[in-house]
Amino acid sequence: MREVAIIGIGDTKFGEMWEAGFREIGIQAGLAAVEDAKLAAEEIDALYVGNMSAGRFIEQEHVAALIADYSGLARDHIPATRIEAAGASGGLALRQGYLAVASGMHDIVVVGGAEKMTDVGDVVATEIQASAADQQWEVTFGATFPALHAMIARRHMHQYGTTREQIAQVSVKNHKHGSLNPKAQFQREIDLNTVLKAAPVADPLGMFDCAPFSDGAAAVVLCSMDKARRYTDTPIRIRASAQASDTLALHARSDICTFEATRVAARKAFKQAGLEPKDIQVAEVHDNFTISEILAIEDLGFFPKGEGGKATVEGQTAMGGKVAVNTSGGLKARGDPIGATGVAQVVEIVHQLRGQAGKRQVSGARFGLAQNVGGTGATVVVTILEAA
Amino acid sequence: MATARFWRENPSRYNLSASKCGVCGKVFFPPRGVCSTCHRKSIGKMQGLRLSGEGEIYSYSVVHEAPSQYEMLKPYVVAMVRMDEGVMLTSQVIDVDPPEVKIGMRVHTTLRRVGEDGPAGVIYYGYKFAPIK
Repeated sequence: MREVAIIGIGDTKFGEMWEAGFREIGIQAGLAAVEDAKLAAEEIDALYVGNMSAGRFIEQEHVAALIADYSGLARDHIPATRIEAAGASGGLALRQGYLAVASGMHDIVVVGGAEKMTDVGDVVATEIQASAADQQWEVTFGATFPALHAMIARRHMHQYGTTREQIAQVSVKNHKHGSLNPKAQFQREIDLNTVLKAAPVADPLGMFDCAPFSDGAAAVVLCSMDKARRYTDTPIRIRASAQASDTLALHARSDICTFEATRVAARKAFKQAGLEPKDIQVAEVHDNFTISEILAIEDLGFFPKGEGGKATVEGQTAMGGKVAVNTSGGLKARGDPIGATGVAQVVEIVHQLRGQAGKRQVSGARFGLAQNVGGTGATVVVTILEAA
Repeated sequence: MATARFWRENPSRYNLSASKCGVCGKVFFPPRGVCSTCHRKSIGKMQGLRLSGEGEIYSYSVVHEAPSQYEMLKPYVVAMVRMDEGVMLTSQVIDVDPPEVKIGMRVHTTLRRVGEDGPAGVIYYGYKFAPIK
C-alpha cells in the first residue's frame, strides 16, 4: 500500500441553485479541484463520483460518464465510476479513489460528489431521502427519515438523560460556524429558542434539527504521496480510511443510541493512523440531524457514551473547544447535497490543515477526521487526514 | 408497487411470520435464511415462528411532516416495538392520543390498511400497533 495525498480541492456554494443543473455544479467543483492541483487533463487516471439518487432527483443515471464527458475527458476515455451508499456516497467515493491510488493501480484520481435535490419538491425529496432506510419494513409502515432519527433522539434522552436543549445546541453551534463560511447554505446565527420553537417535523425534532435539501458539489484530487510535491507545497496525507456496515433497518439493532458502524470504522481508522481520538483537533461529522452529531462525537471516542449533549453545551465541540466539530457549519448549516457531503467534509478538513480556513481556522490543526454516514448508520466511512 | 412484491410480503405483513435460529434461538423478522451470529451453522436450521403480536414501545416519534400517502393521518405516531420474542418492529401506533404514548407502553399488533398505489391502485394491509387496554 502506498501513501496517498490530497493535492487539490474544489467545491460549489451549497443551497438552492436554480441557475445551474447537475452537470454544471459537478463540473464547477471538479474543475476547481483540478485547477487547485495545477493538473493537466491528460494526467488524470480515473474519476469516481459519489451520488445517491440522480435517477430520482433529475431522472439521469450513468452520471460518472456524464461528469467525465462534460469535464472534457471523453476523448481520454478514463475509467469513470459512480459510487452509491446513500448519505455516505461521497465518503465512499473518496475511499474508492484512495484504494485505487494506494494499490498502485492509479497515480492521480479525481473524486467528486454531487447531488441536485431541488428540482423536485420537498415531499418528493423527503420520499427519496427515506429510501436510504429500509423501504419495505420501515418506510412503508410510516417511518420517515426524520422520524427514525427522532426515535434515536427519544431513546438517547430516555437512556442517558440527554435533554432537548442539549440536542438543540448542536444546531446553534453549527449555524454559528456556518456564519463564518461563505459557501454555506445558511450563514446566519440562530439562538436556542429558534430551534426549540421551530415547526415540528418528527417530535422531538423540529425544522432546525434537520439538515436542508441542497444542491451542490465538491471534489478532491488524490495523488501518490511520493509525487504529491510536484503539484503542491501543502499536500494533505490520508492517514487512514475505514468503512463499516450495519443492518439496513434501525429496528434490527440491539441498541439505537450507538452506530456500531461508526465505532468499528473509527477503531480501524485510528489503528491504521496510529492515533487516538484526543489527537484530533478538527472533525467534520455527519449531522444530518442534530442527534446524529451527538451520536457521532460519542461513537468516534471524543466523549464517553451519553455525554455528547453535555459536551456540546459546554462548548467542547465549538471552535476553541476540545475538538472543533463541523467548522464548515456541518450538514445543518453548510447544506447537505447528499452525494457531495462526504467529499465536502474532506474539503473542509483540507482547508483547516492547510491553514486556509479563514475566519473559521482552528489554530494549530494538524490532524483532522471526517465521518460520513449512509442511512441510519448502515454505512459509515471514517477518514483521517494529516498536514504532511 | 408491482403485484409480485405485494404478494411476496404478505405472509409476514399479515401473519407476523418470523424465523428462529435452531442453533442460538435468535428471532428474525422478516424471516431470514441465515442467522447473523451462527452464520453457516444455521443454514437449514432456521425454523418458522409466528410472533405473538405483543410487545412494548422501545422508542417513538410523532410525525408532523409526512409523505404524501400519510398526509391524511398526520400527525401520527410511529414506534419501534420490542416484541415479546425479542425482535423489534417499526409501525404506527393507533387508537391512542399522541401525548399518552410512552416508552415501555404495552401494545399489540392489529391488521390495518397501511398504504395504496395511488388513488386507483391496490390497497395494501399490514400491522399497526394499539395499546393493550
